[in-house]
Amino acid sequence: MSASSSYRQATNFAVFLGPALVFLLALLVAPIIVDLVVAFTDMAQTVTINEFTTKQFGKLVHASDDSWLGFELRGTFYRALSLTAVFVFLTLTIFNVTFGLILALTTTALPDRLGAFFRAVWLLPRMAPSVVYALLWIWVVDPTERGLLNQLLVHGFGMAPVNMALNHPMALIVISNGFIGASMGMLILTSSIRSIPQHLFHAARADGAGSLSVIRHVVLPALRWPLSYITVFQTLALLVSFEYIFLLMGSSRSTMTMAMLAYTKTLAPGIGSGQYAYGAAITLILIVIGMVSALLLYRLTNMKALLAKPRIEVH
Amino acid sequence: MARVELQNVTKDWGTAKAVDDISLSLEQGEFAAVLGPSGCGKSTTLFMLAGIYMPTRGDILFDGARVNDVEARDRNVGIVFQSYALYPNMTVLQNILFPLRFKKVPKAEAEKSAREIAELVEISSLLDRKPSQLSGGQQQRVALARALIKKPNLLLLDEPLSNLDATLRLSMRMEIRRIQRELGVTTILVTHDQIEAMTMADRIICMNAGRIEQEGTPEALYTRPETVFAASFIGSPPINLLPGELTADGLRIGETLLATRGETNARSVKLGIRPEHVVANGHGIPAEIISAEALGRETLYTARSALGDTRFLEATSAPKYKAGEQVRLSFDAAHSILFDAERDRRLEGVSAHA
Ligand SMILES: Nc1ncnc2c1ncn2[C@@H]1O[C@H](COP(=O)(O)OP(=O)(O)OP(=O)(O)O)[C@@H](O)[C@H]1O
Ligand SMILES: [Mg+2]
Repeated sequence: MSASSSYRQATNFAVFLGPALVFLLALLVAPIIVDLVVAFTDMAQTVTINEFTTKQFGKLVHASDDSWLGFELRGTFYRALSLTAVFVFLTLTIFNVTFGLILALTTTALPDRLGAFFRAVWLLPRMAPSVVYALLWIWVVDPTERGLLNQLLVHGFGMAPVNMALNHPMALIVISNGFIGASMGMLILTSSIRSIPQHLFHAARADGAGSLSVIRHVVLPALRWPLSYITVFQTLALLVSFEYIFLLMGSSRSTMTMAMLAYTKTLAPGIGSGQYAYGAAITLILIVIGMVSALLLYRLTNMKALLAKPRIEVH
Repeated sequence: MARVELQNVTKDWGTAKAVDDISLSLEQGEFAAVLGPSGCGKSTTLFMLAGIYMPTRGDILFDGARVNDVEARDRNVGIVFQSYALYPNMTVLQNILFPLRFKKVPKAEAEKSAREIAELVEISSLLDRKPSQLSGGQQQRVALARALIKKPNLLLLDEPLSNLDATLRLSMRMEIRRIQRELGVTTILVTHDQIEAMTMADRIICMNAGRIEQEGTPEALYTRPETVFAASFIGSPPINLLPGELTADGLRIGETLLATRGETNARSVKLGIRPEHVVANGHGIPAEIISAEALGRETLYTARSALGDTRFLEATSAPKYKAGEQVRLSFDAAHSILFDAERDRRLEGVSAHA
């Protein structure tokens, strides 16, 4: 009796969770392990392993007795790290969170149809293929007077044309990524705002609150969880994102973030690619950074408490 | 502290009329109760008074001034929502203090009055809790405290006691009434509980399908209901309504002819007679008891006779009659209420007795 029921439990487990486990192992865990192994080899263009070594990390850091860590970052690595930090921080705070929040607040305050229309507009870049979106930006920031931005600047404001890619590369990749990233925050926050019981808004109005107070005391508290979620999720997504950077800037040094560096050294067309072990080492560091930031943000935004207890009550 | 008037107020939701051409006026300091079935427009009416909904047509006046375009936050109306609507992220104390934020009350003073009002509604021990840690009844009392703290000109209570137990409800009824008198605040209470309406209010407004069916003192509504709806909605156990024909000879119900007084134009009528006014004391119409329910202080019987099934009350806690027993039923002309069956309105100057 108990033997057959425990057998049934085991088979149920295998039948129901098996596929998911296989999927998880094959697509998520295995690549990390492969990456971990390859990072300590000399794998290059020929895709063979001749020796196990830490020399890939030697390309990123070098030993130094002056530094309290015992090593110093090499220039490329230092640059990639700081570019990544700036890129992730700016895109996240300006667009993915703040702008997403503003979009959600404004489009929910508009009449339903109009709000839906504006949200749809902001979703367009996400629906368009990346190449189309990148082409659009290339046209917008074209350094000659053909570019939309320069047409505006020159004919609209009588200013001199600017070369965004050359002079403001960080602004360009932050804005182009942000315009896409904001829509996710917008969608999640919109649905969260929608799920706030109407009576809370009514009560706040009757209690004397103006629009800003309603946002501060009714809306924002209900958005704490989705905001933490967006922050953690988008940080991870931005850390590894490189496609728009590559499409807009190519392998330019001015926007060589960690993810871009890993890509350039391995799969990107052109000189310098094919250094698989080197790329794996960079990726490994990126994975560690991702885990650490996720944990930090998780603590910082108190996600655990928020996950344990939903704060929105619906009566 | 405000005289409140509704003039021909209508609220449409698309093609549906939630409130249909209501006119009403409340004196300063008056306590009115709104009674009516679910969906009849009670909450909608309160929301229009609070400034949460705009009337589709008609005017709302506070102290004679039209306030249709005055925002909710400028009306100084305290409202307890049917769903309590407490702010989930704030503690009980913060919830109660919230309205004072916008009145620029000094912090110490605000906290003092919050604690006083919490004392009043018996939630002093709960001030540090979040609403999710409160029972329904506790949440209602917090909502009440929040509505009262700003000393509103008009207090709107949307079923504020529905989740309380019988004892607490009784004491809260008295508390609300006392606070209301003390502050002299004009109050409208929405309730499903007639006893609540009858005991607390100076005036009862009976609503049905978006319209005011009848308004008046509790006593007037009970003894002189203007419509069949008002008669049947108010009173528990409900009034007996017996369909019959008024003729020159009297009131014919089935095969029985009851004596009448007053005007006798032939017409279809409904005879209304409250259960406590039907007596089974050995003379009158023969009837057979079909059920007896002990209600505590009294017993409710249903008896079948030529008049149809009739409910009556006897003031004995143990049933006096058993099912199947034969009794005779009678009632006084003074207690009979006749309604014109076609218009469903009360007929003046005519009565029947058995
Ligand atoms: N926001 C709204 N949109 C559309 N219809 C509404 C809305 N609010 C109320 N109604 C409709 O208006 C009518 C009156 O609703 P209301 O809430 O005033 O009823 P009520 O008398 O308070 O009922 P209850 O006793 O169940 O609370 C109902 O038929 C309801 O469906
Ligand atoms: Mg209601």
